[in-house]
Amino acid sequence: MTVTTSKPEGEVAEPKMVAFTIDGIEAQVPEGTLIIRAAEQLGIEIPRFCDHPLLEPAGACRQCLVEVAMPDREGNVRPMPKPQASCTMTVTPGMVVKTQVTSPVADKAQQGVMELLLMNHPLDCPVCDKGGECPLQNQAMSAGRADTRFEDVKRTFPKPVSLSSQILLDRERCVLCQRCTRFSDEIAGDAFIALQMRGATQQIGRFDEKILGFESPGCGCGDGGCGSADETSSSAADTGVPDTGAPDSPGREAAVIGADAAAAKSRAETDAGGQGFSSYFSGNTVQICPVGALTGASYRFRSRPFDLVSVPSIAEHDSCGSAIRIDHRRGQVLRRLSGEDPVVNEEWITDKDRFAFTWQSAPDRLTTPLVRERDEAGDRGELRPASWAEALEVAAQGLARARAAAGVGVLPGGRLTVEDAYAWSRFARQVLGTNDVDQRARAHSAEEAEFLAHAVAGTGIGVTFAELEKAPAVLLAGLEAEEEAGVTFLRLRKGVAKHGTRVFGLAPYASRGLTKLSGTLVPAVPGTEATVLAGLRGPVTDPTTPAGDPRAAASQALREQGAVILVGERLAASRGACAAVLELAAATGARVAWIPRRAGERGGVEAGLLPNLLPGGRPVTDPAARAEVTAAWGLSGEEASRLSAAPGLDTAGIIDALSVGHLSGAIVGGVELADLPDPAHARTALGAAGFLVSLEVRRSEVTDLADVVLPVAPPVERAGSYWNWEGRVRSFGAALDSTALPDHRALHALAAQLGSDLGAGTPGEAHLAVAALGAWTGPRAGAPGARTPEFTAAGATPTPAGRPGTGADDTAVLASWRMLLDDARGQDGERHLAGTAKRPVVRVSSTTASALGLSDGVQARVVTGRGAITLPVAVTAGMVDGVVWVPLASSGSRVHDTLGAAPGDVVRVRAAQAAGGSAGKSIDTGSAE
Amino acid sequence: MTDLLPVLTDTWDAPRSWRLSTYEKHGGYAGLKKALRMAPSDLVQTVKDSGLRGRGGAGFPAGMKWGFLPPDDGGPRYLVVNADESEPGTCKDIPLMMASPQHLIEGAIITSYAIGCNHAFIYVRGEVLHVYRRLLEAVAEARRVGYLGTNILGSGFDLEITVHAGAGAYICGEETALLDSLEGLRGQPRLKPPFPAVEGLYARPTVVNNVETVASVPGIVDRGSDWFTAMGTEKSTGHGLFSLSGHVTRPGQYEAPLGITLRELLDEAGGMRGGKALKFWTPGGSSTPLFTAEHLDTPLDYESVGAAGSMLGTRALQLFDETVCVVRAVSRWTDFYAHESCGKCTPCREGTYWLKQILHRIEGGEGQDQDIDVLLDLCDNILGRAFCALGDGATSPITSSIQYFRDEYQAHIDGRGCPFDPSASALFPYTPRTPMPSAAAASGQLVGAGGGGH
Ligand SMILES: Cc1cc2nc3c(=O)[nH]c(=O)nc-3n(C[C@H](O)[C@H](O)[C@H](O)COP(=O)(O)O)c2cc1C
Ligand code: SF4
Ligand code: SF4
Ligand code: FES
Repeated sequence: MTVTTSKPEGEVAEPKMVAFTIDGIEAQVPEGTLIIRAAEQLGIEIPRFCDHPLLEPAGACRQCLVEVAMPDREGNVRPMPKPQASCTMTVTPGMVVKTQVTSPVADKAQQGVMELLLMNHPLDCPVCDKGGECPLQNQAMSAGRADTRFEDVKRTFPKPVSLSSQILLDRERCVLCQRCTRFSDEIAGDAFIALQMRGATQQIGRFDEKILGFESPGCGCGDGGCGSADETSSSAADTGVPDTGAPDSPGREAAVIGADAAAAKSRAETDAGGQGFSSYFSGNTVQICPVGALTGASYRFRSRPFDLVSVPSIAEHDSCGSAIRIDHRRGQVLRRLSGEDPVVNEEWITDKDRFAFTWQSAPDRLTTPLVRERDEAGDRGELRPASWAEALEVAAQGLARARAAAGVGVLPGGRLTVEDAYAWSRFARQVLGTNDVDQRARAHSAEEAEFLAHAVAGTGIGVTFAELEKAPAVLLAGLEAEEEAGVTFLRLRKGVAKHGTRVFGLAPYASRGLTKLSGTLVPAVPGTEATVLAGLRGPVTDPTTPAGDPRAAASQALREQGAVILVGERLAASRGACAAVLELAAATGARVAWIPRRAGERGGVEAGLLPNLLPGGRPVTDPAARAEVTAAWGLSGEEASRLSAAPGLDTAGIIDALSVGHLSGAIVGGVELADLPDPAHARTALGAAGFLVSLEVRRSEVTDLADVVLPVAPPVERAGSYWNWEGRVRSFGAALDSTALPDHRALHALAAQLGSDLGAGTPGEAHLAVAALGAWTGPRAGAPGARTPEFTAAGATPTPAGRPGTGADDTAVLASWRMLLDDARGQDGERHLAGTAKRPVVRVSSTTASALGLSDGVQARVVTGRGAITLPVAVTAGMVDGVVWVPLASSGSRVHDTLGAAPGDVVRVRAAQAAGGSAGKSIDTGSAE
Repeated sequence: MTDLLPVLTDTWDAPRSWRLSTYEKHGGYAGLKKALRMAPSDLVQTVKDSGLRGRGGAGFPAGMKWGFLPPDDGGPRYLVVNADESEPGTCKDIPLMMASPQHLIEGAIITSYAIGCNHAFIYVRGEVLHVYRRLLEAVAEARRVGYLGTNILGSGFDLEITVHAGAGAYICGEETALLDSLEGLRGQPRLKPPFPAVEGLYARPTVVNNVETVASVPGIVDRGSDWFTAMGTEKSTGHGLFSLSGHVTRPGQYEAPLGITLRELLDEAGGMRGGKALKFWTPGGSSTPLFTAEHLDTPLDYESVGAAGSMLGTRALQLFDETVCVVRAVSRWTDFYAHESCGKCTPCREGTYWLKQILHRIEGGEGQDQDIDVLLDLCDNILGRAFCALGDGATSPITSSIQYFRDEYQAHIDGRGCPFDPSASALFPYTPRTPMPSAAAASGQLVGAGGGGH
């Protein structure tokens, strides 16, 4: 049972204390404390169902009744006539509370409520997923009667209802505590489920025409209603209890009852299953449901809680560093839950963090090292399993040869633990003698690297979650918080609700996430962010600015004490934007935090996985910085001389160099080539590499090209730490026993083969190695802008400040970012989760839609010289004209791969079928190409 | 001897009584004209002095409620008139709004002026479409002559009245559920505090008053609080509508000072129908504990009815004669509560579901000895444990009927069915639509007839 009290972090002001008595104990609690919380603090547990410390009080279940007496005006303590809900009443001075421990009235009241709750409960604990960890079960034991007096007919429902492809609801188990609906409404802002019907037929549900007895709005059959609707209304009328055609097979694919595909087609926000889009946070409702009414499709009927071993861990899917709990049985992870960490994720995680874990044990998991021979002409043979000894030897020889030739490029990927990141960084510098190292497997720029060196690396903990929550204003600069950093979005939303935080989003349209933050769009055509940001710098006083201009409001708000600018990954590829953020921060006094998408990127910046940085924010160009590194690593002789003073190549540079033989080899970590700005070019380049070593968990495009593949451990099989975006160290232990090596051990062994000591042979050693090089105290790297930034996104065209594409021709500026749930390999193997992804669409403003001859729901083609993406159009209100948006890496919409383009590029957009005579909308169901 | 006293009902028999002209002809809108020359705070004081208590059931002093509003902060404040009238037996507001809607409109204008409200709402029970229409027309009439709109009668006071039809739920008469419903949300009661006076409609200070309460205001303003306090008792002042229904010769609305007795009202109403004996009655709707013939002389004011173990409620006097099976009556009321429970809290949602089944079993001849005690214990677990007063109300008929008629319950259990003939209590002869196995079993015959009538 949850007994957390959320302690406000960093509060200095002493709260006023209130003295009261509970069960004869005199105590003091801070003013405003609920009786139920106060009791917890004293070790008195009052049973409860609807109460949840992070949700607003509801007082619905009435399980927590206690007797309360309060002093009247004369100071005589007078008992209240009825027992009171302790979860809704705050402690007041002189109050006398008697819980079930000392009050027979409270005890009887609680027993009475418990009996009523159990009366209609199916008592199917032996087959219920919650059995063994069920608050109802537990509290029935502590606060219930031994037998029941109920002899009548129980309420039943057809079971179960699919709320989404991921969440199932067994209505007869529900105690109607409203935790799930309050979570959805108050925390996530996705009112995808609600209470429906009333009295004993009250139930939780989503909008489901069958259950609610609605005529299907989308059925234009015109002959007096279609059959299915009739059927439903009559059955509901006959029984009084709603009857549904609910399917009884829970495990079926993304199909959801009541789906009205025709209606769904016209809705922009639908999930992959065709339903109105539900929520990225729905799994939390399963966790807080105090009974087994809500279950996750993937865990349902898989296990009993008492067979599970629970291990705390940290989620690997984003840079928030959410605390999670991993439950496993006999070497297999069965589920993940949110951990409790008031400082970071409170008690919430995204559905991706909860459900996407099967990738770690996917069938294409690499279990042994692999090597391949090449023939004289350099053509690759087949990979074959090899011993570690052989693989390390082959790898070492190949790397040594490449190092001696034109050198080795290092692409470690953005998902490393900080221990791994340090090992990679040191391997590059000490063993390979190169600064050609870059963790960024995404659109990036030299300007961003400078921004990171100047403003992020070695800065320790900056803006925190708690500060974000209380910030008066937050500018999301190229960050879709809900898509890219889910629990950060939840914190922001809490700030908006509780502290009046005002959110501004620098983007081409107001996403659902921004809307749920009651945010204001600061419109920007991709590529022009720098200009827009610059415009926010001075107070916007231009008399031509219309009243209520979002830029004026943003500019004003950012001046408030505690305002924050959050920088997202897509700003990297927008020329001048990173520099503009720093200038804006300087001008307004706002603080800056960088929120990358991947879990390893902040740690990677600390470790120096950038061409311009050594660990701890040390600039490669600074001799003193190099000297510190040399000393810390104990380098001498040849190794010491390998530390280069010149910044190296970034990801794009490394790939270019490989493709033309300016680098002879590469060592690559967890990088998906499809994530790179120009995947085709990367494939050619790695194909051309003289020697390629891959450290991977699973088979990938890189392993398919590699000469040596060293299998490494996924997070669940190793210990390590992430640095979350705050700069907070988030350590975790190995959840499963495994012989798989983490990256740092594989690299340590490889270094040893090459005659170097990497100091990362054990997790402990690797962890200490991080601390050995503290933050740089010398002069920080300069702010970006000192050198003309190079735009590295493939085929990028500098975007003029004006708005191209408005009507003149069929061009538009491409906007794109990643969805939380998309085609990424980290979500492989989780089909239930996949069903809740947003359906990919093409977004354009209505003006642009008419200029391009598009309308809602028709298929549009987004075309470059490289290829085309075809998706249904969602005309998007308030979107900037002349811009077309598609998801960056969703099913049927692999922007980099298919289009070879990046946000800011000019693309062509047209209706999918040329208007060859036939008028009207053309809806084809064909996918890309 | 207390006599009837028509105030609100005075014009009900006038031709086209619902017209504004009829209302004005009988002195209507004198109160408003007077009120607009007074300071709002003086109006609140006048109503406080009158001792007017809420006519919606709880009897909370109206002037005191108005006085709870926080000082004006420049933002909107609302008056919401509760016209949801759904309590079984309660049937006073609907006839009032049908026969003399301007009473309510004038009262709403004066009340709004007194509390600083520029937009008032009348939330009408959804099923009474005819009343909804009548109110819409009454508001339109008042606006046409300048009683509504801007600068009313040159006073500088502005007011709009919106008439809103509910969707048919008893719970939406509970004031906070009403506010949620009015806001377009699901009609379920809100947590209090904050009370509506502080955060009501759209989280702004709000007064919620019953139709009859508001309609009583013009008279008080026009004729003074002394006139009002001269009627009724010391703590239950003024006039009130007493709605007589059931086995009475002339059912209907009887307006009288509070403190009148049922015996006096029955005299006016021609006594019990067919001269039968009174068996039990509700003093204030089905949510108030039952009375029996021994309470015929209990003064119908808040204090006396309370002292006798019930509540004055809405003065909905439902009278049942000796032909009525109390188990059957209570069972029907319980069906109502089970149907109308909003579902928010466990005691009411689950409790009424269970109570209903037990009562049906007893009525149907399948009662067991422990059932009566289970009923009482269940009621004990619901009363005062539910989230709102609906749950409490559901227990009233059960506990009070067992208090007075426990033997009758026992007879159902022992005799494995109902000893009464339900058609005997009907106004005209009828054949029950559903078979009555209990009646059949009790009389030991008619088994085949019951089956055939199905
Ligand atoms: C279940 C329930 C139903 C109610 N229904 C009504 C109603 O239909 N009309 C009404 O005026 N008050 C009703 N009330 C009382 C209101 O909550 C509220 O007390 C009243 O409207 C206040 O007005 P008054 O002070 O003028 O009586 C109901 C209360 C409950 C608990
Ligand atoms: S589904 Fe679970 S969380 Fe939601 S109301 Fe029912 S019991 Fe509560
Ligand atoms: S007592 Fe509870 S369930 Fe019943 S109407 Fe009130 S809030 Fe709803
Ligand atoms: S826990 Fe207090 S009413 Fe539910």
